[in-house]
Amino acid sequence: MAGSDWNPWRRFLALPNDSRTKTVIMAFLVSAFCAVLVSGATVVLRPIQKANRAAEEQARIEALVRGIPGMATLLEQSGGTLSTVVIDLDRGRAAKDVTSDTLAAALADQGNWTPLAAETDLAGLGHRPNFAQVFLLRNGEEISLALLPLTGSGYGGRIDAILALGGDMNTVHGVAVTGHSETPGLGGRIDEASWQAGFSGTEIRDASGEVRFAVARGRSTSVHEVDGITGATRTGNGFTRMVRFWLGPLGYGPLIDAIGRGEF
Amino acid sequence: MAERIDFWSTLTAPLIRQNPVTLQILGICSALAVTTSLATALTMSVSLTVVLTLSAGIISVIRRHIPDTIRLIVQIVIVASLVIVISEVLKAYFAEISRALSVYVGLITTNCLVLGRTEAYARHHAPLPAIVDAFGNGLGYSLVLIVIGACRELFGKGELFGLQVLPLAEAGGWFTPLSLMLLAPSAFFLLGGLVWAIRSVRPEQAEAPEHIPPARAEPAE
Repeated sequence: MAGSDWNPWRRFLALPNDSRTKTVIMAFLVSAFCAVLVSGATVVLRPIQKANRAAEEQARIEALVRGIPGMATLLEQSGGTLSTVVIDLDRGRAAKDVTSDTLAAALADQGNWTPLAAETDLAGLGHRPNFAQVFLLRNGEEISLALLPLTGSGYGGRIDAILALGGDMNTVHGVAVTGHSETPGLGGRIDEASWQAGFSGTEIRDASGEVRFAVARGRSTSVHEVDGITGATRTGNGFTRMVRFWLGPLGYGPLIDAIGRGEF
Repeated sequence: MAERIDFWSTLTAPLIRQNPVTLQILGICSALAVTTSLATALTMSVSLTVVLTLSAGIISVIRRHIPDTIRLIVQIVIVASLVIVISEVLKAYFAEISRALSVYVGLITTNCLVLGRTEAYARHHAPLPAIVDAFGNGLGYSLVLIVIGACRELFGKGELFGLQVLPLAEAGGWFTPLSLMLLAPSAFFLLGGLVWAIRSVRPEQAEAPEHIPPARAEPAE
């Protein structure tokens, strides 16, 4: 093997396995190789995963709309698609210079987020985007269904849901949970159709206009409540606060008022 | 070094005779968790076999240069990276099944079967036999998962791969689904039954009792 000593790679391989240099270099080489492997896979596959997630959310929204009596035909009439509108939450009207395509870019800017004070931050968000994309289904000029995305915190982490409100902006027609990390079998049951069915017909506000919606402890006792899930009190409370926050003045409140005045 | 390795027996031994799950009781955590349906069991089996085979190959290639002091870390890092790659591939191309498997794909990293094979076999053998051995063990694991998955889906829902096989009583047939089969304990029963069946056919697999109970004392007068 004489003559191979000039080659640093062979000299490295010839080192005894337990020498310190070889240990450090091997550790470095293995980590570098694995880092390339993992980052390569992530970067190459990310667009496909993103498309999958978008398709899944779209499918849930469509399933939500089709599950509401009478909406499937309305959806067919409007060409099978919902109109998407980006809302400026503070002013309660369509955002001027942000569209669905530029929403992600706009929300990457911290300037488009509003920090929330602890006492108003019912949903435990910390800060709230100034723009949100909602889906509207119209019957002629009248809005007959509004799908409002909600975000809040449950027991295990963030809950993402979409609430379907009828044209009166008070009656819930349905709900879809698009993402959660609650305990499977307990809070995780919020994504079961049997629990979500209880939302249909619930009313958000009482006659005085105050948001009264709640996930009950146990069975619901009024028109403003839905049944609670046994063993998932904190998930239920999180859901209640999420709905109350997003339908309140800091959430979609201004939009709901604008729709009520017929300005939309 | 001219040692002849019998590839066929290396490949087939782990199927039943040396089955990693039923004989060595390795990797049963995931075997119990993902077998509620045949599709998830099959995906898990394929993922584990791929990870096991690739990691055995890579570790076997560098086996002469792994410093002893960090050998477990090196092996785990390689296994974990392969698991992340597989999990990303599943998320991209089999989104539905990847959701059903949830954390269990990630947990392949800690599956004793993978580290067991790389540590016990790949570290001492040339790449080709190591790959064959790992693939055989992957197949042995898959066999158990698929048998249990098929039983649970068939008796729990009357379906195989989501297709109705046994007509359900609700739909006018004769089969009443056994919902116990979809719950975790049934996997224990089935796995226990499988181990018992294999050890009855092959008594050499039965372990010697760890201690012998003392002879019963004669009842005192």
